[in-house]
Amino acid sequence: MYPDEPYRKRNDPEAGKIIAERIQGIAESLGREINIMEVCGTHTVSLRQAGIHSLLPDNINLISGPGCPVCVTPGSYIDNAVGLVESGEAVVASFGDMLKVPDSKGKALSAYMGTGKVRTVYSPTELSEIVRETDKPVVFLGIGFETTIPGIASVFLKEHAQKTKNLYLYCAFKTVPQALKVLLSEKPRYIDGFLLPGHVSVIIGRKAYLFLESEEGVPGAIAGFEPVDMLLGIYSILLNISRKENRVENVYSRAVREEGNPKAREIMEELLKPVDALWRGLGVIPVSGMGLKREYKEMDAESVFGLSELTNKEPPGCLCSEVIQGKAKPPDCSLFNDGCTPEAPIGPCMVSFEGTCSAYLRYGDVKV
Amino acid sequence: MKDYIKLEHGSGGALSRKLLDSVVYPFFKSSIYKELSDSASLSLSRDILFTTDTYVVDPPFFPGGDIGKLAVFGTCNDLAVAGGKPEYLSVGLILEEGLSITDLQKVLSSLSNAAEEADVLVVTGDTKVVPRGKGGEIFINTSGIGEREFPHSLSPLNIVEGDSVVVTGPIGAHGISVLAARERLGVGGGVVSDCAFLYPLCRALFSLGDSLRFMRDATRGGVAAILNETIADTEKGMEVWEEAFPIDEDVASVAEILGLNILEVANEGVIVAVVSGDRAEEACHLLKEYPLGRKASVVGRVTEEYRGKVILKTRIGGRRFLDFPRGLLLPRIC
Amino acid sequence: MCLAIPMKIKRINDEETALAEQGNSELEVNISLVEGVKVGDYVIVHAGFAIEVLENEDAEERLEMFRRIQDQADVSR
Repeated sequence: MYPDEPYRKRNDPEAGKIIAERIQGIAESLGREINIMEVCGTHTVSLRQAGIHSLLPDNINLISGPGCPVCVTPGSYIDNAVGLVESGEAVVASFGDMLKVPDSKGKALSAYMGTGKVRTVYSPTELSEIVRETDKPVVFLGIGFETTIPGIASVFLKEHAQKTKNLYLYCAFKTVPQALKVLLSEKPRYIDGFLLPGHVSVIIGRKAYLFLESEEGVPGAIAGFEPVDMLLGIYSILLNISRKENRVENVYSRAVREEGNPKAREIMEELLKPVDALWRGLGVIPVSGMGLKREYKEMDAESVFGLSELTNKEPPGCLCSEVIQGKAKPPDCSLFNDGCTPEAPIGPCMVSFEGTCSAYLRYGDVKV
Repeated sequence: MKDYIKLEHGSGGALSRKLLDSVVYPFFKSSIYKELSDSASLSLSRDILFTTDTYVVDPPFFPGGDIGKLAVFGTCNDLAVAGGKPEYLSVGLILEEGLSITDLQKVLSSLSNAAEEADVLVVTGDTKVVPRGKGGEIFINTSGIGEREFPHSLSPLNIVEGDSVVVTGPIGAHGISVLAARERLGVGGGVVSDCAFLYPLCRALFSLGDSLRFMRDATRGGVAAILNETIADTEKGMEVWEEAFPIDEDVASVAEILGLNILEVANEGVIVAVVSGDRAEEACHLLKEYPLGRKASVVGRVTEEYRGKVILKTRIGGRRFLDFPRGLLLPRIC
Repeated sequence: MCLAIPMKIKRINDEETALAEQGNSELEVNISLVEGVKVGDYVIVHAGFAIEVLENEDAEERLEMFRRIQDQADVSR
């Protein structure tokens, strides 16, 4: 797809075939079930889109973790966002991903598209225009992982410096490393390795995962999103397992540095500080989110608009909290494709394009 | 003329008459239309095909076309892929109060040019005006009548194992160009809608006789939707090969920037045809005689496994379902 | 939601923005999160922001990958 070399060869079927063969060999020699968890929704979708599952031996399971920001955002957050629009208190601006998520009454922000009450942005930089087009307060739905947070932070810092008075941030940001620890604390441990998120890692660097090597004893591989990237990541995890090593490998070194991107982190940390965060499916995880620092409180939608505290309440019969932890597969849920579909989703894993259930339903489990 | 459509233009009174006489009628030269009767009187000698479609594209003007051209070619294409030669069209205009007369004239001009290119006559029409905010500038309904030219049946039920799937040209251009225009995105890269009259390509395929099983133009939902609709209600499965689809690099890079799957993006100038396996190469050869068919390719085959489903063999050799597109075509970041 | 794509920097507008291209598509990207970006660099773009400059060493990375796979052939068989 890339017109420009050198990226084209990341899709190279020959390289893919060689790695897939090696994976076969190593899986055979391991001779037991191996669970590799991806913790990035973009991996979840890219793995399925490339049909990687069909290339893996039966004893290598790819399980999807809490990697989709929409999926791990509590339902009450959507309630609050829809409430802001319905009361007319504010214009809500958001990435397209959040718009389809139904609130607890089944209403989604997309119902207000085209009314000017809800604005979709492709980039947070568009907020600078939006706040100047209206006198109304504009609340940006701050969801996403480390990949997305610095860009949002840079816009808010700029607007703060320019003394913009009608821009607010509703923080539900999440950060990856602490969530990994929570998943690993489960006994008995069911994760043998992590396929680590390529673009989160661009920001936080390989060093952010060193606790996997030193404290947890679980191997991982930072991988990009082309098919060969992901196969290579899986292969290097298996290699570590077979050698009884726990290295965090970086097979995406064209983009990910050991130290990550310090400038982006600096901008993010100027506006925001680590906070405890409520994850849909996982509950409260200490220091696993980011919230506005005291000096930027006047931009905090939660306090300015008195939004109610977030709670987790899952729809009856929904297995999403198990699915988000990789403990259940989508078809294990009695609602899967039988009451819960991408068109009429019940649980968060079906709502988002990157959700585990949605990806499973659309791309399936096809054998070669 | 710096005038705008007013509600009174749809009242049936003097202003309606003025709009028709000065703006609408000049574009429709058919003698049948000029009779101003409530119905057009037509005579046809063969079996007829009859279809209707409504056009609501937002925005009405996009690179490579507009709603007028679309409304003619879209309906003509529906007749052609069903085995007919398009002959007559009706045109129903639904105008939103405030539409500029200049824009209306632009749409009508391209509509009448398209009709000329397709050699069809617009024989009857209707114009209504809706209040501001109740419509999207301009909506058009066209119904079309064609004469049956292909004597064999065209149905998914004709498909047998070993048949080949042919795509007649590069995919995704229409959806990408409209989306780029709608969202006023800084991308688009000069991608132009593929909106085109497909009857010549269909006629080329008619010569395959009953080796031509079924065809559809791959509009809404792109080839992904059409392939699924083709196979869903049959006892067969379909396997298609990702690398075999003709794709223009410019379209591919915009789709990637917007995070869209090209297989799910609408076309207005691409046919998906199922033909007997032994005549697939011949079908491509026939199509390649036409500029629109230059990139015609065999993209898959009909199988006995995964009945009712489409399996995509990916570039890397993996396999997965190619599902019906789901959800709105939003520019996603994920 | 972490989709990002490689694009090539075509023109630096100012400290904050640059014009990036992929194929015939151009996109104005914000470059304030990356250090020392120049014309001709490949950057990885997420939600309108360049988040990193790609190192043009992919060929080497690939060689290294194959060397390792060859090395491991004995271990894994």
